Amino acid sequence: MDTTPRGAGGAKAASSAPPRRWGAGHAFRGFLIQREASVILVAVLLIIYFGFANPNFITNNNIVTLSQFVAAPAIIACGEIMLLICKEIDLSAGQTFALAPFLVFFGARFGLPIVVAILVALAICAAIGLLIGLVTVLLEVPSFVTTLGTFFLITGITLTISRGFPATPPGGKFLAGILGAFSYSEIIWALVIVFLMHMLLRHTRWGLHTIAVGGNDIAAAEAGIKVNRIKVGNFMLTAALAGFTGILEAYRVGSSDPLAGGANIMFFGVASGVIGGTALTGGAGTIVGGLIGAIVLGVLQDGFTLQGINAFLFDGIIGAAILIAMVVNIRLGRLQQSHLR
Amino acid sequence: MSGNGVAEAIRAENIVKRFGSIVALNGVSIKVHRGEMLGILGDNGAGKSTLIKCMTGFHQPDSGRIFVDGTEVVLDSVDRARSFGIECVYQDLALVNTLSVYHNMFLNRELRKPPFGLLDHAEMRRRTADALNDIGVGVPSVEEEVARLSGGQRQAIAVARAVYSNARILLLDEPLAAMGARESGLIIDLIERLRTRGDIAMIMIAHNYAQTLDVCDRVVLVQHGEITFEGRSAETSVEQLLEIVRREYRAARRGL
Repeated sequence: MDTTPRGAGGAKAASSAPPRRWGAGHAFRGFLIQREASVILVAVLLIIYFGFANPNFITNNNIVTLSQFVAAPAIIACGEIMLLICKEIDLSAGQTFALAPFLVFFGARFGLPIVVAILVALAICAAIGLLIGLVTVLLEVPSFVTTLGTFFLITGITLTISRGFPATPPGGKFLAGILGAFSYSEIIWALVIVFLMHMLLRHTRWGLHTIAVGGNDIAAAEAGIKVNRIKVGNFMLTAALAGFTGILEAYRVGSSDPLAGGANIMFFGVASGVIGGTALTGGAGTIVGGLIGAIVLGVLQDGFTLQGINAFLFDGIIGAAILIAMVVNIRLGRLQQSHLR
Repeated sequence: MSGNGVAEAIRAENIVKRFGSIVALNGVSIKVHRGEMLGILGDNGAGKSTLIKCMTGFHQPDSGRIFVDGTEVVLDSVDRARSFGIECVYQDLALVNTLSVYHNMFLNRELRKPPFGLLDHAEMRRRTADALNDIGVGVPSVEEEVARLSGGQRQAIAVARAVYSNARILLLDEPLAAMGARESGLIIDLIERLRTRGDIAMIMIAHNYAQTLDVCDRVVLVQHGEITFEGRSAETSVEQLLEIVRREYRAARRGL
């Protein structure tokens, strides 16, 4: 590529890029070796299926609905993916999601300007992430256990401060529109956050160090990377993103429910990441994959809703579809590893 | 200053390191000159790795002094040791398998570009390719995930990374462990090329007596956290070393 080999005799020269041959089919191969390729195929197949199965699937109204299915899990996935990459998880993200709009509500009632109330709420969410992170890394409690604790703890706090009643998010129409009431605002936020998080993961030291910590924490520590700082930071990021998603949802719906989100939204976030190719073993993952994973889940939910599937069967069918989508994704991934390299 | 007039690069004096009630190092002293290769031999648990980790700032000794270029230093972190040009290639291969060759080369020393301080991937790729060419390490591509490379290639990249980061004191923890003859040859060639440059002091710890005597200028034998033998490789034989170790085994058995 851009270097001339000048190594000592005998040694095979290192090149800065693999040899690339272009021609018929190679563009497709180039696409297939991308980590996200298999899940993109799954998403496209699902969209084609539902598009044919139901004429209402690809209409403007339904695309708005679909985008609302996709946005929240996509943003939560951004945080969970960072955590999964460094071998952690936040099971209580859905609880932070429910708490945040109440923090905004009480902040505004306390007299704070709404934007400030939102920033304070996000700071409190980040502080929850800090607590989770510190307990996890300093007391060496697996985050699975730490966040199982905060899962109930935060619900308790939300129920106590709300006294179990829903609240109406404060602020005028304009702010509500920006934050979620306008049809596309939540998906726009989601896309912006996905873009920023993608940049964070792929193009900053923080992202690279997150991968290093998950891939080999000893090597990362030996290279001088502050392993605990990376983990705690990602817990804070995840909690803040979950809280922000909760605020967006509250403004979209026009009400915040103390029992909103919960395990459901958290697992949709984690599942989006995993469907999108993030390894549960740590050290690898993609934010863009998480977005596409969220699209797959959204298409399944929305598509089956349009099909008018029996409400009792709905979760069962979604579950089966997630399993099939994951299996297809993993098989395609294997195929990609063995044939295309 | 040493006998052959080459500057002393690093000297450790009376290093003591305990882990709870276990004394890992009990007053160990070593020194290495520029362009010299010192071999540290000893059984598992003798304290070789602990000694190396005290010199890289990973462990802090309980007592003892460390001098770099004749000046006493306190190595209270890996970063501090690095600032003195001390680099280590660890036994567990300090590479991240899920990252590419060039990301590993620049791990925690990433190049960034203005205006946002984002990673400069292109420049890191270019410099990695140049650096690997320079010291004659061959990999299929600098974008390859390290997991796809052979053990020898990984070790070579770890060494190249240390050298590229301007290491003047290079510590190698079992560089030849679990490696076939051909892969070992690759590493030994690399070490040889680095030694002829003359500006790098190297310490290698190993199990294989014959190989170590072959590669190193001097060797020390560590047993139970103490140095029990020190000599020039040319004047030392494998039998001599084995005899010392045998004597210890016999003493240990009598002790039972």
